[in-house]
Amino acid sequence: MLQLIQLSLPRLAPLELTVAPGQVLGLSGPSGSGKTRLLRALADLDPHGGEICLDNTPQTAFPAHDWRRQVMLVPAESQWWSDSVAEHFPERRVVDWQALGFDRDPSDWTIDRLSTGEKQRLSLLRAMAYQPRVVLLDEPTANLDERSRAMVETWLLAAIRSHHKMAIWVSHDDRQLRRVADQCLSLGPASVSA
Amino acid sequence: MNVIELSVWQLSIAAALLIALAVTLWLTHLGVSRSLLIAALRTVVQLTLIGLVLEALFTMGALLWVALLALAMLLIAGREVQARQQRPLSGAWGIGIGTVSMFVSAFSVTVLMLAVIIGPEPWYRPQYAIPLLGMFLGNTMTSVTLSLDRLTEAAWRQRAVIEARLMLGQRAQQALSDVRRSAVRSGFIPVINAMAAAGVVSLPGMMTGQILAGSPPSLAVKYQILIMFGITLGSGFGTLVAVLLASHRLFDGRQRLRVDRLRPARH
Repeated sequence: MLQLIQLSLPRLAPLELTVAPGQVLGLSGPSGSGKTRLLRALADLDPHGGEICLDNTPQTAFPAHDWRRQVMLVPAESQWWSDSVAEHFPERRVVDWQALGFDRDPSDWTIDRLSTGEKQRLSLLRAMAYQPRVVLLDEPTANLDERSRAMVETWLLAAIRSHHKMAIWVSHDDRQLRRVADQCLSLGPASVSA
Repeated sequence: MNVIELSVWQLSIAAALLIALAVTLWLTHLGVSRSLLIAALRTVVQLTLIGLVLEALFTMGALLWVALLALAMLLIAGREVQARQQRPLSGAWGIGIGTVSMFVSAFSVTVLMLAVIIGPEPWYRPQYAIPLLGMFLGNTMTSVTLSLDRLTEAAWRQRAVIEARLMLGQRAQQALSDVRRSAVRSGFIPVINAMAAAGVVSLPGMMTGQILAGSPPSLAVKYQILIMFGITLGSGFGTLVAVLLASHRLFDGRQRLRVDRLRPARH
């Protein structure tokens, strides 16, 4: 269970919410309303007030890197630093490449030849390969065509439900959030409405 | 054998050529002529002053005065390290990291060379201590500057990658490992180049000086090897300490990348 207790960020009203295992919280709001900042605070990448708990253990009780492996942020724009795809994945992990439309195992592909959409799908596969308890998805289908978008939605929901993961899913697309989210939160420019 | 006397008008021939170079640069709008002239002027003024200081110091030879001059050299070097970087760590940490790393490396190497290896009487004899420290400090300063500049600049440019690696659960120093490695490499390139080129591409300044002053080349060579190793040790340890301290300072207690601790780049 992921709990936010009086979580406070600059220019944002304090937040109080809970995400249960197997559930998706949809997060929407105009650009600049603080969606990405909220995800960064949840991953402990930015300082913040209040408390965030995973299964009743506060964030500060985890070493920072342990916390981030449990509560994993998948940013809208993925980053790749080594030459080949495989170097970015944890060792000895079975990855279901086909679920996200890779007919062949792309492990030995070089990063240069990946398209934007391939990078986005691979970054989701990469994050899930680390088996986090919570995934923070920042616009996970922003660069994808209709077919890939449906594939990603199905695969993510199946992974979240079957492994009792928790997710916060940021999207500009309200219809997508209605499809995937169990509860929704909309961040306003200054205040918050649940 | 005595060194051939050099008079002021002989120096002024070289100076006139340097001015001609600056004028050419100015006429062709290629820039740097201003900073070239300022640097040349600084060379003349600074070396003249240090000449006077050294003459006074050699006649007195007290440890206190040697130590004071050494301290002044260290502080000036610390300031230069800070000033030469595009995006140095701001505040006391920025100056402190450069100064401390040069102190622990260049100073220890100088004291070691003097007290254990060369052994002048007394060990701090200024004719040995000041030139040795100057060479170690000057080269260490270059290496520390290059490595810190590379570290902070690359951390800034690659902040998205570093944070992405943190998001995947890597520890701070693991997320920074590529940046750190290239920073250390930048610090070592000048000394490795200098050692590799010594005697084939370049004749090191100190050896040339000793030979000009009448030392037998074989002795000058031995001194030069000692100096080269000293420079490598000073620069190498200085680079390691500086990169270690600075990369620690790039993160906070929750292993967050803190590029806000870097001073914005000058344009």
